[in-house]
Amino acid sequence: MSAVIDNHHADHAHGPAKGPMRWILTTNHKDIGSMYLWFSFAMFLLGGTLAMVIRAELFQPGLQLVQPEFFNQMTTMHGLIMVFGAVMPAFVGLANWMVPLMIGAPDMALPRMNNFSFWLLPAAFGLLISTLFMEGGAPNFGWTFYAPLSTTYGPDSTTFFIFAIHLAGISSIMGAINIIATILNLRAPGMTLMKMPLFVWTWLITAFLLIAVMPVLAGVVTMMLMDIHFGTSFFNAAGGGDPVLFQHIFWFFGHPEVYIMILPAFGAVSMIIPAFSRKPLFGYTSMVYATGAIAFLSFSVWAHHMFTVGIPLTGELFFMYATMLIAVPTGVKVFNWATTMFRGSLTFEAPMLFAIAFVILFTIGGFSGLMLAIAPADFQYHDTYFVVAHFHYVLVPGAIFGIFASAYYWLPKWTGYMYDEVLAKTHFWMSFVGMNLAFFPMHFVGLAGMPRRIPDYNMMFANFNMVSSVGAFMFGATQLLFLFIVIKCVRGGKPAPAKPWDGAEGLEWTVPSPAPYHTFSTPPEVK
Amino acid sequence: MLRHARTWLGVLFLMALSANTSASWEVNMTPGVTEVSRSVFNLHMTIFWISVVIGAIVFGVMFWSMFMHRRSRGAVPAKFHENLTVEILWTVIPLLILVGMAIPATKTLIEIYDTDDADIDIVITGYQWRWQYNYLGEDVSFMSNLATPRDQIANQAAKGEHYLLEVDEPMVVPTGQKVRLLITAADVIHSWWVPALAVKKDAIPGFINEAWTRIDEPGIYRGQCTELCGRDHAFMPIVVDARTPEDYAAWLAEKKAAAAAEAELTSKEWTLEELMERGERVYTSTCVACHQANGEGLPPMFPGLKDSDMVLNDVAAHIDVVVNGVPGTAMAAFGKQLSEVDIAAVVTYERNAWGNDTGEVVAPIDILNFKNGQ
Repeated sequence: MSAVIDNHHADHAHGPAKGPMRWILTTNHKDIGSMYLWFSFAMFLLGGTLAMVIRAELFQPGLQLVQPEFFNQMTTMHGLIMVFGAVMPAFVGLANWMVPLMIGAPDMALPRMNNFSFWLLPAAFGLLISTLFMEGGAPNFGWTFYAPLSTTYGPDSTTFFIFAIHLAGISSIMGAINIIATILNLRAPGMTLMKMPLFVWTWLITAFLLIAVMPVLAGVVTMMLMDIHFGTSFFNAAGGGDPVLFQHIFWFFGHPEVYIMILPAFGAVSMIIPAFSRKPLFGYTSMVYATGAIAFLSFSVWAHHMFTVGIPLTGELFFMYATMLIAVPTGVKVFNWATTMFRGSLTFEAPMLFAIAFVILFTIGGFSGLMLAIAPADFQYHDTYFVVAHFHYVLVPGAIFGIFASAYYWLPKWTGYMYDEVLAKTHFWMSFVGMNLAFFPMHFVGLAGMPRRIPDYNMMFANFNMVSSVGAFMFGATQLLFLFIVIKCVRGGKPAPAKPWDGAEGLEWTVPSPAPYHTFSTPPEVK
Repeated sequence: MLRHARTWLGVLFLMALSANTSASWEVNMTPGVTEVSRSVFNLHMTIFWISVVIGAIVFGVMFWSMFMHRRSRGAVPAKFHENLTVEILWTVIPLLILVGMAIPATKTLIEIYDTDDADIDIVITGYQWRWQYNYLGEDVSFMSNLATPRDQIANQAAKGEHYLLEVDEPMVVPTGQKVRLLITAADVIHSWWVPALAVKKDAIPGFINEAWTRIDEPGIYRGQCTELCGRDHAFMPIVVDARTPEDYAAWLAEKKAAAAAEAELTSKEWTLEELMERGERVYTSTCVACHQANGEGLPPMFPGLKDSDMVLNDVAAHIDVVVNGVPGTAMAAFGKQLSEVDIAAVVTYERNAWGNDTGEVVAPIDILNFKNGQ
């Protein structure tokens, strides 16, 4: 009897609903993944626009375009939008699309919650962006929102910022729970943990990091809310509170957050480099353990962001040693990637170009990170443009290039068409040159003594700032090309075969391109 | 297209070169002028060269692969995907390098944290947006404000060599003596940094952080606040003027005499004109950032003083706000930052400038009485 019913059911396999309700009510992981990706790209362009304002003001010494209070709003909103609105949702979008396809699952484990966690984001960022139009202006205390500048001295819009963070945080936590539930429960028969593609592995670890630290972030903003509106003094020294406590809590969230923004990119690159080297990934097992080690260590290094707050000597030494230790598993990863390329058969399509640039430039960011770990030297680097250069090197060619590499790698699977390779390579080279032009000179001005988060500076920093601005404009403008390439690819082009990359491995390439609305209704067998 | 891009880049480069004669292409940290700053510089260069060597090896392998093992050259992929020996080696070797690096770093850090046996103690207090230097046990205390005129910042005048790195009164210290710095803040977190001394310490309300320096050579060393502290974060520079011990002693004696004279000024009879003149100076260095030169402020964050009901009618409230500040707002308590004379002058100025014309004189003795009456 059941066979009859099953057949009947299969005849009615349905495609997407029509009209806008498809997107509002969808529980399909592919739809939700696409929405996450489009949303994050919109935020990327908005956050980038704010960066353009910053770089335009810093083009020359003197105040030309904006006043300091508005400049501070720009740096703050740029950071918040890029971290919480662009990078994190982009990775959740990739996970939504690819994790079920990679493990042979029909969908995410909790599809309705999936819909809710996406739709919280437009609410969160609508709230956050609206602060730009409020009396007293948007948050202006930096994306790290140190108290008491953000509490006693913050603008009225701080309350809206706090609720926006709460919403974005709830969204992240639900997304993370969903990813863990999917990976642990819905793997195809035969796919043991140690057979999972690395992107799945790194996302599994990232999701645990998210669940561990997003509540800490929610806690710290709630304490701010209490200080601002309910007369508590968590962070107010005059009331017996402790401004340094804020930083401890914030960075207990903030340092794992850094790895939340990079581990999924590690995973994607660990799949792309073997595909275009036509050679298996070197050291799969050590990659998994290195990711775990990085995630574990990330909980015990937070105070390296606070070397100058006056931590006792022993504390300073502990955090210095722990931070230096992170270089070991990170080094293992880089060595593995380099060795994967060694004696391969390499071709350089756009995903590979972005992946190689990822390894090289992320490693440069890693080196400056190692320098920053040396506490006595950090006294000279801390809160200068050297730090700005460092974290942009790990986040732009790290997270962002990782996302671009992933997007080009899987676009044929998503759209059913090949993207325009010539345009994509142009996008790569313009981004590569622009990004290095923008961020490399920041090392120099930082070492020469330029503090970060200033709208105006002495003439001795003028030359490199001008170069930086030119590079930033170039990098920014180039991203419109990416938008064009993606739209062009969605609308048509050379039809993509099920497996467009001859060296690629994985279940996602066993389904047709574009991936049908429902995949793996029957789990595949993994040997 | 490409050629045009190159031409434009060239033009921009030339613009950058010719834009400012004092502009530099400095790419590295200063070795500084203290023993500690030189150790820090050496650590910095050591870790830098270690990074360069490791980078050269790793990137070398990658570029070698990119050129030699490309499919277009007919490269056939190898099959290997693990090698325990190699993997152990590249875990252990970096670990050893790190231990080698940690040893000198630890030594320098211990030295930096040794704040004992200082010859001089200076309490440094960060305010939005100025520094206060208080020489402990010497009765010498003063505020150090940005000295760059506002019209240079607004590009209405040519910028001087030390644009944004100049103050009205620098912190003066003797060379060759251990100076202990006790760093704190009155409102938000600031950070006191002078690159040539390799001293950077956060100034945190409710905390007193310690740092120290011993400067070898007389000279003027410049730095800036390095913790975002609000609107004028970019405009609270630090200038350290290191002098020989003799010159320092002379300076200190002069400052003490000036402080005594200042105290006498409190009991002097002041005319409206004298107070207005002094008040304008105080207003320009202390109040103008928020309340603006025209007294109109930047509402709602920074209220205007021109035609303000309180300024026109309520002297007691006006003095109270200046002396005690307004809790929960950016208005600081200036009672401890400014002398009685300066407070009297600035209050008088505010009550008579921009057409406020109350004609009232607030004398220094009124401020003293107000403070004593609290």
